[in-house]
Amino acid sequence: MLFGRLSLESLPLHEPIIVATFAAVVLGGAALVGALTWFRLWGYLWREWFTSVDHKKIGIMYMVLGLVMFLRGFADAVMMRIQQAIAFNGSEGYLNSHHYDQVFTAHGVIMIFFVAMPFVTGLMNYVVPLQIGARDVSFPFLNNFSFWMTTAGAVLVMASLFVGEFAQTGWLAYPPLSGIAYSPGVGVDYYIWALQIAGVGTTLSGINLIATIVKMRAPGMTMMRMPVFTWTSLCTNVLIVASFPVLTAVLALLSLDRYVGTNFFTNDFGGSPMMYVNLIWIWGHPEVYILILPIFGVFSEVTATFCGKRLFGYSSMVYATVVITILSYLVWLHHFFTMGSGASVNSFFGITTMVISIPTGAKLFNWLFTMYRARIRFDLPMMWTVAFMLTFVIGGMTGVLLAVPPADFVLHNSLFLIAHFHNVIIGGVVFGVFAAINYWWPKAFGFRLDPFWGKISFWCWVVGFWLAFTPLYVMGLMGVTRRLRVFDDPSLQIWFVIAAIGAGLIACGIAAMLIQYAVSIIRRDQLRDESGDPWNGRTLEWATSSPPPAYNFAFTPVVHDLDAWDEMKRAGAPRPAGNFRPIHMPKNTGAGIILAGISTVCGFALIWHIWWLAGVSLAALLITAIAHTFNYARDFHIPAETVAETEAERARQLAALKGAAA
Amino acid sequence: MPSLSPVSARLLRFSMLLPLAAMLSGCDWVVLNPAGDVARQQADLVVISTVLMLLIIVPVMALTVWFAWHYRASNKAARYEPEWNHSTQLELVIWSAPLLIIIALGALTWVGTHLLDPYRSLARIDKERPLHPEAEPMEVNVVALDWKWLFIYPEQGIATVNELVLPVDRPVRFRITASSVMNSFYAPALAGQIYAMPGMETKLHAVLNKPGNFTGFSANYSGAGFSGMRFALRGVEAGKFDEWARNVRAGSQDLDRETYLKLEQPSENEAVRHFAKVAPDLFDAVVNLCVRPGKMCMSQMMALDEQGGTGKAGMLNLAALTYDKNGREQISAILPGDQIAASQAFIKALCADNSPLRARSAEVGAPESLSLLRGANLPSPVRSGTAETGKLSLAAPVPAKSPVS
Amino acid sequence: MSTAPAKTAVADADLTARYYDLDEHDHPEGGSTMLGFWIYLMSDCLIFAMLFATFGVLGANYAAGPGPRDLFDLPLVALNTSMLLFSSITYGFAMLAMQKGLVRQTQLWLVITGLFGAAFLGIELYEFAHLIHEGATPQRSAFLSAFFTLVGTHGLHVTFGLIWLGVLLVQVEQRGLIAANRRRLMCLSLFWHFLDVIWIGVFTFVYLMGMLR
Repeated sequence: MLFGRLSLESLPLHEPIIVATFAAVVLGGAALVGALTWFRLWGYLWREWFTSVDHKKIGIMYMVLGLVMFLRGFADAVMMRIQQAIAFNGSEGYLNSHHYDQVFTAHGVIMIFFVAMPFVTGLMNYVVPLQIGARDVSFPFLNNFSFWMTTAGAVLVMASLFVGEFAQTGWLAYPPLSGIAYSPGVGVDYYIWALQIAGVGTTLSGINLIATIVKMRAPGMTMMRMPVFTWTSLCTNVLIVASFPVLTAVLALLSLDRYVGTNFFTNDFGGSPMMYVNLIWIWGHPEVYILILPIFGVFSEVTATFCGKRLFGYSSMVYATVVITILSYLVWLHHFFTMGSGASVNSFFGITTMVISIPTGAKLFNWLFTMYRARIRFDLPMMWTVAFMLTFVIGGMTGVLLAVPPADFVLHNSLFLIAHFHNVIIGGVVFGVFAAINYWWPKAFGFRLDPFWGKISFWCWVVGFWLAFTPLYVMGLMGVTRRLRVFDDPSLQIWFVIAAIGAGLIACGIAAMLIQYAVSIIRRDQLRDESGDPWNGRTLEWATSSPPPAYNFAFTPVVHDLDAWDEMKRAGAPRPAGNFRPIHMPKNTGAGIILAGISTVCGFALIWHIWWLAGVSLAALLITAIAHTFNYARDFHIPAETVAETEAERARQLAALKGAAA
Repeated sequence: MPSLSPVSARLLRFSMLLPLAAMLSGCDWVVLNPAGDVARQQADLVVISTVLMLLIIVPVMALTVWFAWHYRASNKAARYEPEWNHSTQLELVIWSAPLLIIIALGALTWVGTHLLDPYRSLARIDKERPLHPEAEPMEVNVVALDWKWLFIYPEQGIATVNELVLPVDRPVRFRITASSVMNSFYAPALAGQIYAMPGMETKLHAVLNKPGNFTGFSANYSGAGFSGMRFALRGVEAGKFDEWARNVRAGSQDLDRETYLKLEQPSENEAVRHFAKVAPDLFDAVVNLCVRPGKMCMSQMMALDEQGGTGKAGMLNLAALTYDKNGREQISAILPGDQIAASQAFIKALCADNSPLRARSAEVGAPESLSLLRGANLPSPVRSGTAETGKLSLAAPVPAKSPVS
Repeated sequence: MSTAPAKTAVADADLTARYYDLDEHDHPEGGSTMLGFWIYLMSDCLIFAMLFATFGVLGANYAAGPGPRDLFDLPLVALNTSMLLFSSITYGFAMLAMQKGLVRQTQLWLVITGLFGAAFLGIELYEFAHLIHEGATPQRSAFLSAFFTLVGTHGLHVTFGLIWLGVLLVQVEQRGLIAANRRRLMCLSLFWHFLDVIWIGVFTFVYLMGMLR
C-alpha cells in the first residue's frame, strides 16, 4: 500500500484532451524552469519574492496567482459553452458526463476560491497598509504563509487535472452526492483538501489585516478618517474571520463522513444532508460579500479620484458597508427556499435579502452623486466603474427578484440564476478588479498600463459579457436549468450559440488584457510615472514613490482629515529632508513556503490514502512549525543612511519633475 | 420556440425589460406563460416585482449615463463643485427611495410567499373558478431515482416512470421524495419547484389548466445521468385521464418492492414505463428508506430515538449492508473495501415486519380569502374560532418525524 | 470638509512637522499580537460553535442505538472536568510567577499545568476507548458522530496546547522570560483558558443535559 489509491490507472492517459493539455503544461513548465535557470533567476525569486514578507510583493504574488488561475477557470468556462452549444439533436457533444461534471465544478471552485479570493486579498494586501500609512501588516510572516497556503490549495486543484479527477458535485459539493457512497473517487477529496488548505491561508490573512487596520493606522487617522477601501477591507476581513471557520468546520465534518465513516450528512443513521446545505451557505453568503465589499471600496476610491472631488456621503458609505456586513449573516436560507421550509421562514429570509439592497442602493447613489458636478476623467479605471454601475444594477435587480420566494420557485437553479450571479460577480468583482489593476498598477510598478489595449479589452469584456449572459437570462425564463450537458429541445441551440459567441468575445477581452500588460511592460519608459501620483489621488498610497520603497514611508504621515494626501497636497507640506532614522523591518523567511509545501504533500497523501506519507508530512509540518518558533531574530533595521540615500534620490526625482513642468 | 434571429436576439440584449420583452415575444417563455394556475401566479409575481424595481433601476441607469456624459472633464461648461460632498436631504432620499420600494416588495413577498406556499392546499382552480372547500385533491407520489422519475398514483393504484399524466383542472397534491441524492422536482408549465430529498418528504400543490404536452425535470444536479432525468408532463381531460389510467391498470407489470429495488439502480435516459399495480405502502417505505426487506424504517428508528434509544442492546444491531450504498453498488465496488466497510451497515428492523409508519408532514390549509392582502390564511380577529384548520407552519420538511398510526 | 488651501505664512518646517511624524519611535515588536491572537481565538470559537450546533441538531439521533444515559459515566467526566479546571488555576499561578519574573516558579507551574492537562487527555482517551470497545463508535449514529467530533476536537486542541506548553518550557529555559516569551506565555494562557471555557460548555451541554434527556 505504498501509494494508497494512486496507481498508473489514476493518470488519465486514455483521455487525449487531458494528455495534450498535460503535454503542453509540461513543455511550458519545462521551458519556464529552463529559462529561470538559464537567467539564474531562482536565487532572485527565492530571496526577493518567495520568502518575502513585504506586503507589496505578497500582494503582487496574489494577483499573479489569481491571474493564472483565472486563465484555467476561463478555459473551463469555454469548454462548457462549447459543449452546450453543440450537444443538440442527439449529439452528446464532446465531453462525457464524467468530464463535463468535473469541468463545471472546477470552474466554480476555481473562480471563487482561486481567482476572486486571491485578487481581492491581493488588492487588500497591497493597498491597505499604504493607505493607512503603515510599513507592513501586523504579522508579516503570517502574510507570506497565508499566500503560500492559498497557492498550495491551487496547486492541489491543478494537480487533480492530471492525477486522478476533480469533484463531480457542483461547486458546493452537497451531500449525499458528495458523500463516500455516491462519490467514492478522489474528486471530492481533492475539493476538500484544496479548500481546507487554502482556507487556513484565507482565515489567517483575515486576522492579519484586521489587526493591521485596527492597530497600525497612521497617527490622526481615526476610524471615520479611514479611506473607504480600508473600511470595506476591514469589513471584509471581519466577514472572513467570522465565516471561513464555518467552512472549515463543515468541510471537516464532510471529510469525517468520507474518511472515518461518521454520519453527519448521510441518509442513514440519523445524518442530515440538509444540515450541510444550511451550514455551507452560512459561510457561502458572507463569502459573496467578502468578494464584493472591497470592490465597492475600489469603486469609491476610483470615483472620488477621477471625479476630482471628495466622495459624496462618506459616512453613509461607511454605515452602508457595516450594515451589509451584518445583514450578510441573515440571508443564507435564500439559497434554498425550495427546500420546503414554511412560508414564514422563507418570507423572513426573502425580506432580509431585499433589505440588503437598501444599503447597496445607497452606495450606488453615493457614487452617482459623486459624479454630480464633477470633472470626470474617463481613464480606464473610471470606464470600468461606469460599466460596473450600469451592469451591477441589473444583477442587483435580478438578485432581489430571486429573493422573492415564489419567484425563486420558478427561477431557482435555472440559467436565470446563473446569469444573475455572473452578472454581479463579473459586473461587480471582475470589473472592479480590472479597475483596480489599472488604477494601482502605476503605484506598484512605476508606469501606467497602455490605454489602447486596455480599451479594446474593456469593450470586448462589456459587450461580450452581455452577449454571453443575456441568453442565459432568457433561457432561465424558458425553464432551462443549470449544469445540463445535453439538450433535446433544438430551439434552444441558437441561444447557446449566442452565449458561446459572447464567451469568445470575452476571450478576446482577456487576450487584449494580456497584450495590454505585455505592451505596457515593453513600453514602460514611455508610460513611466515618476510623480508617484499619476491620477492626482487623494489617499496616502499616492504620497510615496512608485513603486514605494520597502519601508513605504520614511516618516509616517500624520492625518488630519479624510483624503489625507489630498489635504497634504493642498497644504503644500514639504517632504522631510533630513534627520532620517533607522527603520525597523521584518526579515524575510522561507518558513511560509516550506510549511505550505509540506501541507501540499500532506493533502495529496490524504487524498490518495497514502497514510504513511500523510503521517510523515504531518509530523514534518509540526516539527517545522516548532523549529520556526525558535527563530527569535525576525527583524532588522534599515540603516538611516540607506533611508537617507533613497529619500534623497526621490527628492531629486521630484525636483526634476518640477523643473520639467516649470 | 420562434428561432429568434441573432439580430433580434442582440436587440433583446439591450432591452433591460427582459420579462416584458418576454411577454411580447410570445408563448415560448414557459416560466412566464405557464399552463398551471400556481405557476401563473408565480410568473405574475416575477413580473410585478420586476416592474416595481424598474421604478428605481431605470432612473438610476439614466442618471448614471447622463452624469457620466454631462460631467465629463472635456465639458468645461458643466458646473464643477469639488467641495460639494454632502447633502442631508439627498442622503435622506437615497436611503428612503430604495426603502420604500423594498417595503412594497416586502409586503408583496410576505403575502405571496404565504399564498403560494407549496404546502398549502389550493383554493382555486384558476383566476375565475374557486375550488369547492370539500374537494379533495388528487394525490401523486413522486420519487426521484437515479436518474429517472417514478410517479405513483395511489388512488388509481398505478405507477409510471418518466411520465406524469394529469387531468386538467383537477388540483393535485404531490408528495415528493428521492431515493439516493437530492433532486428538485420541477415542471415549469405546472408550478414552481421543490426539492426531492432522500429520507424526507416535501409537498407541492398544483393544478394544470390546459391540456397539452409539457416537460418536467430535475432542477438540481444529481450526478452523471442528470441531463437525461426528464419526464413528459401530459395534461388531459378528466375523461381521457380515467381512460389512460384504466389502460395502465390493464398492463401486466407490477411494482412490488423487489421490482422497485431493481428500478432504483442507476440508469440513464430511461424510456417511459407503466406499472399496473403498486405495493400499497411502497411510497412510505421509500420515504422511510426501508424498501429493502429487513431494514428498519426511519419512522420506527425515530420513535425509538424519542424514547431515548435502545440502550446498549441496540449497539450492535447492524447488518452488513446499508441503504445508501445499494443504489450505486457498482461504483462503490471499485473502492478498496476497508474504508467503506465501516459505513456498509444498516440498522436491522427490530421485528420481522418492517412496514413504515405513515408520516405526519406539514400541511397548510387553503387560504380563507383569495384577495391578495387578506388571503394569507391568518386568522382574522372576528372569526378566530375557525383558525385552527390552517395553522401556519414553520416546519422544514421533517419527514417521518413521529409516527401517527 | 477639508480646510481651504492653507497657503499662509506658516513656515515649511512647521507644515512638514504637521503632516509627518518626525519623532517616531520603533513600534514595540508584537504590538498587535494579543489582538491578533484574540481574533484567532474567536475564529476557533466559531468552529466550536458549529460543532455545538451540529451536536444540537444531531444529538438526539441515536439511530435506534444507545443514548447518552446508556453511555456516559458522569463521575468520570466530573473528574476529568476538575483536571482541566485545576490546570487553568495552575496556569494562572504560572502567569503570576511570570509577572514577578520568577523563571523557576513559572516553569514549575507550567509543568503542573501540563500534568493536569495530560491527565485530562488520558481520562478522555480512556473514555473514548471504552465507548468504542463497547461498540458505541462514531460510525454507530449521528449522535455519536457529533459527540466524538465535538469532544475529540476539544481534545485535539488540548493536545496542541500541551505541545505548545512543552515548546515554551524549553524556550523559557533557553532565553528566560524575555518579552517575546512573555507574549507567547500570555497567548498560551488565553488559549488554555479558552479551552477551559469551551469544556464547560461541553460538560454542560453534552454530558449534563445529555443525562437529563
